[in-house]
Amino acid sequence: MPATGDGAALALTVPVDRWVETGRFVKDTLGCAYMNFSTAVDWKDQGLEIVARVENLDENFSVTMKTKLAAGESRCPSLVGVWRGANWMEREGYDMFGIQYEGHPDLRRILLPQDWEGHPLLKSYAVDTPHPPYR
Amino acid sequence: MEVKPPTPQIPPAVWTEFKDLQEWEKYHQERPQGDKHSAVFEQATEGLLHFPGGFVVTSVADAFLNWARKSSVWPVTFGLACCAIEMMATFASRFDVERLGMVPWASPRHSDLMIVSGTVTIKMAPMLKRIYDQMPDPKWAVSMGSCANSGGPFRHGYHVVKGVDRVIPVDVYVPGCPPPPESLLNGLLLLQDQIAHFRKTGARAAPNLKID
Repeated sequence: MPATGDGAALALTVPVDRWVETGRFVKDTLGCAYMNFSTAVDWKDQGLEIVARVENLDENFSVTMKTKLAAGESRCPSLVGVWRGANWMEREGYDMFGIQYEGHPDLRRILLPQDWEGHPLLKSYAVDTPHPPYR
Repeated sequence: MEVKPPTPQIPPAVWTEFKDLQEWEKYHQERPQGDKHSAVFEQATEGLLHFPGGFVVTSVADAFLNWARKSSVWPVTFGLACCAIEMMATFASRFDVERLGMVPWASPRHSDLMIVSGTVTIKMAPMLKRIYDQMPDPKWAVSMGSCANSGGPFRHGYHVVKGVDRVIPVDVYVPGCPPPPESLLNGLLLLQDQIAHFRKTGARAAPNLKID
């Protein structure tokens, strides 16, 4: 099959309640089977934004899905039911941003120690917080 | 019309930490005095020293033991980051620390020296402490590179221990990012000086800091 997408990148911004539905559409209809990454952006008082990039490797195009959570909101539906590769990505999102992915099968910290306090990639995280015994 | 040169605007430093030195004193790990001595050996040498002519024996024995210690320092291979590449280059045949009697050994229980080469993260610090505790007692530590000395470029990150001397007592600090093998060799020679002198004074002697 010739690569027809020519490396095109499509960006979708959807509300949170259409998040999984959009993922299902992108996977089944657009054929984006490869989960590239899922991460988040902290826009301070405007709340968090979830970013997920998925790719169609056969047709050579990619879709970047974005959704904005409300200010002070940290719950978001999980994409693990659509792409299994989102599992560790969303664990990292929980680890670094404290996003509670609803429907995630195993939402634990993945990089930081299990007894870590806080989520360090949030803008509100004080970097010089002492972490006893070693800082 | 007079053209004024623009006034130079020096932006204020973002990270102005005046409390750094106090913090260093608070968290810095001191090596306890006399930790490298054996009490029995100390008593025996003390007794011998007061024996007529005994000082010859003790000074010869001291010199011999120090010579033996300093010429068989076995470093435990503890590579953490890119400094480990330079450390491996130092261990390899071009710079060849084996001519100084150093054998990079893969077990902390047979080693005398730990070269902390690289960034110590908060998650890694308990493991580093455990490996250091597993080494038998006349033991030394070399902090290699900016990251191990003070946190280096990652000092203001959330995950980095700001200097390995907050975890273990350090004898020699080797600066550099990363230090070339020559720097590390210089540090190891300083450490050998320190080992050769520690028994005479009973305390950790300042190394001979003549660097040409």
